[in-house]
Amino acid sequence: MSATPGILTKQQREALVDPLINNNPIALQILGICSALAVTTKMETAVVMSIGLTVVTAFSNLVISLMRNYIPASIRIVVQLTVIASLVIVTDQVLKAFVFDVSKQLSVFVGLIITNCIVMGRAEAYAMANPPAASFLDGIGNGLGYSLVLISVAFIRELFGSGKLFGVSILPLTTEGGWYTSNGLMLLAPGAFFLIGTFIWALRTWKPEQIEAE
Amino acid sequence: MEAYLSLFTKAIFIENMALSFFLGMCSFMAVSKKVETAIGLGVAVTFVLAITTPLNQAIASLLLKEGALGWIHPSFATVDLSFLNFLIFIGTIAAATQIVEMALDRYVPALYTALGVFLPLIAVNCAILGASLFMVERDYTFAESTVFGVGSGIGWALAVIAMAAIREKMRYSNVPPALRGLGIAFYLTGLMAIGFMAFAGIQL
Repeated sequence: MSATPGILTKQQREALVDPLINNNPIALQILGICSALAVTTKMETAVVMSIGLTVVTAFSNLVISLMRNYIPASIRIVVQLTVIASLVIVTDQVLKAFVFDVSKQLSVFVGLIITNCIVMGRAEAYAMANPPAASFLDGIGNGLGYSLVLISVAFIRELFGSGKLFGVSILPLTTEGGWYTSNGLMLLAPGAFFLIGTFIWALRTWKPEQIEAE
Repeated sequence: MEAYLSLFTKAIFIENMALSFFLGMCSFMAVSKKVETAIGLGVAVTFVLAITTPLNQAIASLLLKEGALGWIHPSFATVDLSFLNFLIFIGTIAAATQIVEMALDRYVPALYTALGVFLPLIAVNCAILGASLFMVERDYTFAESTVFGVGSGIGWALAVIAMAAIREKMRYSNVPPALRGLGIAFYLTGLMAIGFMAFAGIQL
């Protein structure tokens, strides 16, 4: 992180950077895979989904952290769900208003941000116990960690599955007179599972301390 | 009748919640380590799906849909509350799980002990909310959403139990260290998804 040191405290910096590689929500915490894969056949949907999720996580962390001393422990899950659901409704309405086509393609998966374990997990594990500023950064950090996986999976799937990036032809397909024969597996559900598996494999080869004890 | 049967098989095999829409993946990965727990959660998910999908269908079509409130007064006929879908659905699901939990505790204690720990988890299982959202998107009727709810529940349970059975056997295999646990589980799920794709095109 080049721009941030100096402005942020050490704790805040860790909250932001740690979830990217060292504590990636998808690869290590197994959170939020639900919606992570279904939207990754195209870069466009993946990017929009990533932005949506990062915004929701950041703001739900902020709001819940601000309210943390007033939330009775026994009903905290309901309170968290309400905050998150309201933020998701706002996100959904904004998407419908400004990028209707993408919102149509994302279909139910915007709504599923509510049950995305990252949002809920961070609210419960971090925002309930930390001050607002750090919680907000933690939300952004986890959102970005999620985006990193989502966008890299989408990059591979769209590039090799349909020879395009953001809908622009990169590898000309044989069906359109080019040389590249598309890999249909990439566009199907199993392709995404294999890619995530490979991603975890690569990450854990690089960072052996993340290997699960057997 | 055939339409329902076809919807049912489609929900179980072809459009399997876990394997083709990636829904409920978090708990799918977390509980598929032992067959016993997988069966427990599978049954609980099916149960809750069978209740919440039709319930949400009723709420959505009677209260939230555009013009659904016309019965109160004609001036309400233009009210469209469908933006509240998310909030209401998640509320219904949370409440339904809570009620199911209490009812089981009171009337079927044996089942409650078996499912107890899983029920609170279910409220945030994407498959449950996903089924309700699909129901709205595809405009299912009450009967269709019941069939769809039960079907997707069974499909999810089937996938998670099969997965757990495979992972129990994996203990005897020599998996590369970095691939252990989560990594290999994803590969297995991918292979299983390919297997389930063989069902595509089946029409009843």
